[in-house]
Amino acid sequence: MAQAALAPRDAAPAVFQTVRTPDLHPRPTKVKADTVKVFYGQKQALHGVTIDIPEKAVTAFIGPSGCGKSTFLRCLNRMNDTIDGCRVEGEILLDNRDIYDPSLDVVELRARVGMVFQKPNPFPKSIFENVAYGPRIHGLARSKAELEEIVVASLQKASLFNEVKDRLHEPGTGLSGGQQQRLCIARTIAVSPDVILMDEPCSALDPIATAKVEELIDELRKNFTIVIVTHSMQQAARVSQRTAFFHLGTLVEEGPTDHVFTNPSERRTQDYITGRFG
Amino acid sequence: MSETALTGPVDWTSENAVGRRRSRHAANRRLQFYGIAAISTAIGLLGLLITTLVIGGYPAFLQTKITLDFPIKAEYVDAADPAAGNYRNVVRDALLQIAPEATTPPQQRMLGQLLTNNTQFFVRDAVVANPSVIGGTLTLTVPAADPIDQLNKGLIDRTLPENQRRVNDVQLGFYDRLVEAGQVSAPFNWALFFNSDSRFPELAGLAGAITGSFYALLICFLISFPVGIAAAIYLEEFAPRNRWTYLIEVNINNLAAVPSIVFGLLGLAVFIQLFGIPRSAPLAGGMVLALMTLPTMIIVTRNALKAVPPSIREGALGVGASKHQVIMHHVLPLSLPGILTGTIIGLAQALGETAPLLLVGMNAFITSPPGGFLEASTALPTQIFIWADSPERGFTSRTSAGILVLLGFLIVMNGIAIFLRQRLERRW
Repeated sequence: MAQAALAPRDAAPAVFQTVRTPDLHPRPTKVKADTVKVFYGQKQALHGVTIDIPEKAVTAFIGPSGCGKSTFLRCLNRMNDTIDGCRVEGEILLDNRDIYDPSLDVVELRARVGMVFQKPNPFPKSIFENVAYGPRIHGLARSKAELEEIVVASLQKASLFNEVKDRLHEPGTGLSGGQQQRLCIARTIAVSPDVILMDEPCSALDPIATAKVEELIDELRKNFTIVIVTHSMQQAARVSQRTAFFHLGTLVEEGPTDHVFTNPSERRTQDYITGRFG
Repeated sequence: MSETALTGPVDWTSENAVGRRRSRHAANRRLQFYGIAAISTAIGLLGLLITTLVIGGYPAFLQTKITLDFPIKAEYVDAADPAAGNYRNVVRDALLQIAPEATTPPQQRMLGQLLTNNTQFFVRDAVVANPSVIGGTLTLTVPAADPIDQLNKGLIDRTLPENQRRVNDVQLGFYDRLVEAGQVSAPFNWALFFNSDSRFPELAGLAGAITGSFYALLICFLISFPVGIAAAIYLEEFAPRNRWTYLIEVNINNLAAVPSIVFGLLGLAVFIQLFGIPRSAPLAGGMVLALMTLPTMIIVTRNALKAVPPSIREGALGVGASKHQVIMHHVLPLSLPGILTGTIIGLAQALGETAPLLLVGMNAFITSPPGGFLEASTALPTQIFIWADSPERGFTSRTSAGILVLLGFLIVMNGIAIFLRQRLERRW
């Protein structure tokens, strides 16, 4: 009794039930997260997130700012390791292998789980060098010709090649915002990852560039498992097959995108997607 | 709506409001005026410094020289061994050509004081280089002695009573005869850059000091650059944020503020006493300067590393680069302009540093440039210090000239730093 009285009022319940709606035709699971808790020093940012992320589909994470969706995303390629005082508990399996296992090399993990960031962040090098960097450090190309092939193929897959083919050796930072973001996507897919994490990839782009990137995401899901964090309901509805709604560090609801948007099972999900809060 | 929530209609044109605005504008103008006054004061003082140095130093950039015909008689100089000749007599004979009446020893001594003390060696070297002049005449231009140099530059007042000036009436007469014969010239003083220190101002130059400073700075750079960068990378990229690294950080910041003479004492006690590095050697000086520059280097490098946007690190980590690759491929190249700028400014600081060099003995009287890191040498600032201490009139202008040369090097180094920053800096 005394324990309960001391617990802070806004603390999430110890066991939180996520509302789950399975797909009609379930896809194989690529990433499996089990009660993932994240702490920044004393502060707990995630209160046990359990979710299966399907292969070759787009999963969207939505929720108000500070709900933990980016934190969770960054757990999937251990990007949180770089933050001082950040601690992750629970289990995350990629192809049934624990990514927090000490025997797993984080360099290999990040090659297999690529990431695209909120703000386009091309290296201040040429367009070619930007895309060639990943394959080069991982030794994916045996010859110069092979490297060029990878770069061209990646730029094509990122539907950027036609716009930049005459200036591959000009700086990547000279491109427009949307082109820079597609360059970052090309840089990510150049190392042939299994999973691509996207942290609000369009929040710094205008609507036209956004449309192009969304088109690209739709194209990419044929070959990659994609997880995207977004603040735009429309974007989540347009590009994703499954949607997960986060709130206050918990996963409130996850299910097929159509279902979550048209017929959410949770009251809070409905309030959020209709714009009543957040 | 309650009455208390609002202040009611504001009369912006009331005398009160206008007055308040006027006083605000006046405060703006006052602040601006203080700034302009401060800048003007700074520029004025700087101008005063430079003007004083230029006025005091420009005579040292010219050197009065006297051209004479030296009869190389075979009775004084033996063709078999020209280096052993009696060149004192050769010089005396040459001078007697302009003043044949000087027959007594005191008169001849006054005559001899027209030329630099080392004239006989200049003549000897010329004869050794070209023995065919023995028996004939050698025409040579040699530096005038310091008092004649001062006289020629107008720094000695001829109207003063004889007992109050360095050049007596007899010598004035000799000098005037030389001027009339067109044998006095004042060309650019290359000796200032190509000679080393000397007891005679007319022969003293900065070559030894410049070489010594170069060696010392090279040592300073070779130590402080790699050590500083490595330390900064560790502290910035690898070190855990705990009490120990905090302590190290605070100490590095404090070291940057330690008076340089303390580093000199340390160098004396450790490098010279304990390690046995020769005194006055550029190696010892350079190591002391490196100690002094190291904190600056670490701080500058850390700031440059910090200035690389985190998005670049994340981008590299995101494609699977290891920490080493992130640093070597991205962070370090991007921070290099900042590091280089800081390095050059640190080295410029070291170039002008005097106190620690005094303590390791780099203020010795040394008449030839050092041939290596272990040979005794002076440095530019210590040479200026030595000259400023010397009583001869000629050293007054040479001190100013030395300062101008030092300032010149500093301006060039800072110029390179600015150029590198402009040229290499990347923007995001």
